[in-house]
Amino acid sequence: MRHIEFEKIAKTVESLCISAAYELPDDVLAALEKAAKAESAPGAARILNQLIENARIAKTESIPLCQDTGLVVVFVEQGTDVAVKLPADQTQATLFDAINSGVKAACENGYLRKSVVADPLNHRKNTDSNTPAVIHHSIIPGDKLKIAVMTKGGGCENKSQFKMFKPTADRDQIIDWVVDVAKQAGADACPPFVVGVGIGGNFELSCLLSKKALLRDLTSKNADDFYAELEADLLSRINALGIGPQGIGGNTTALACLVETAPCHIASLPVAVNIECHSHRHKPAVI
Amino acid sequence: MSKGITIKPPLTDSIVRSLKAGDEVKITGVIYTARDMAHKRLCEALDVGKELPFDLAGAVIYFCGPSPAKPGCVIGSAGPTTSSRMDPFSPKLIANGLKAMLGKGCRSDHVRNALKKYGAVHLSTLGGAGALLSKHIVSAEVLAYQDLGTEAVRKLEVVDFPAIVAYDSYGNTVYKEV
Repeated sequence: MRHIEFEKIAKTVESLCISAAYELPDDVLAALEKAAKAESAPGAARILNQLIENARIAKTESIPLCQDTGLVVVFVEQGTDVAVKLPADQTQATLFDAINSGVKAACENGYLRKSVVADPLNHRKNTDSNTPAVIHHSIIPGDKLKIAVMTKGGGCENKSQFKMFKPTADRDQIIDWVVDVAKQAGADACPPFVVGVGIGGNFELSCLLSKKALLRDLTSKNADDFYAELEADLLSRINALGIGPQGIGGNTTALACLVETAPCHIASLPVAVNIECHSHRHKPAVI
Repeated sequence: MSKGITIKPPLTDSIVRSLKAGDEVKITGVIYTARDMAHKRLCEALDVGKELPFDLAGAVIYFCGPSPAKPGCVIGSAGPTTSSRMDPFSPKLIANGLKAMLGKGCRSDHVRNALKKYGAVHLSTLGGAGALLSKHIVSAEVLAYQDLGTEAVRKLEVVDFPAIVAYDSYGNTVYKEV
């Protein structure tokens, strides 16, 4: 069994949260640059170039890319041979506590916005620490701890949707609905989007898949040709909407559409769409 | 489409009526931040005839909850939040003198009608570009509702703050209505 110190996990998560806030991933920046060159609408190209300039300022001056530094979503994959070594005074603590400790430290030390309230309906008092993170845990073989941090803004998350289709629904019906979700997201959700789509599983798994899809490189394709083609068709249909950067018109409404799937019940065909803004912030680490 | 008209709050009726959807503007002067909870409180104050933390006449409200300022900086990242969440509150503020709002995304028909009726505009700035926009803010102070943290009402002094007229006072919009 390999023991990883609580503090090491917390420090790693802190560093991932802060770098996610300040540094746009290379694939996202490359997608914006490619789109700026390809845009035929001058207004749209200018906005894309301003977003590229924003990324430059954020990185060089350590200012968050967006004031909404997000709700922290953590995907953690724990090797079967990994255990957390707790500090002497925290014998009841867990891996999740280590992650939240890192999120809290990032909020203070990275000057990130406190965007989390303790109760959704009753008083909505801010936790003043940006905790708790939403943590998705899974087990993998080996002695590594893999952590992927995504800091997800509220504006785009608000436009995400879920729908149960009939199991006899076809590809076109799914496409029409996903495109309509992107259309409804419109100017409000900071286009150009990254569109995560989860198909299959059940109610909650399809939603989780739609979020997990967003961790993929924007130039990647689904390994299954059927779904790779679906991704390409969805992207082309969403861009044909003409919503454009910031909603003022243009060819770039989405930078990528990423589909993930899972087996499902014979009666079901669940589909979830997680809308992500152009400030697509996520960082991975392996301990 | 006019390019880069400088507007200086407080805004007069004639300035507002001269702006057309699609015009690029630069704001120089004082604007006030307010988001969801602050809007609720401003409207509640109006309902009971309480004095507001700032004069609404000719004012510009920025839908923004900035990230904290680092030492030596006036503000952190400071881009716009989604405007439509303020739709239930904006018409009352417009009826009481508010002349412009600054945010991102679409507004309801109810807001658009208020813009026409009272002569006001909705401006859109760069969503997700809070680092770049923070460079146009030269001072920031909390005016009211400090308990709301990032959602407190702040008085900002801005210079050449870039925006587009998203909805003008004649019922037109820059947004592609798909």
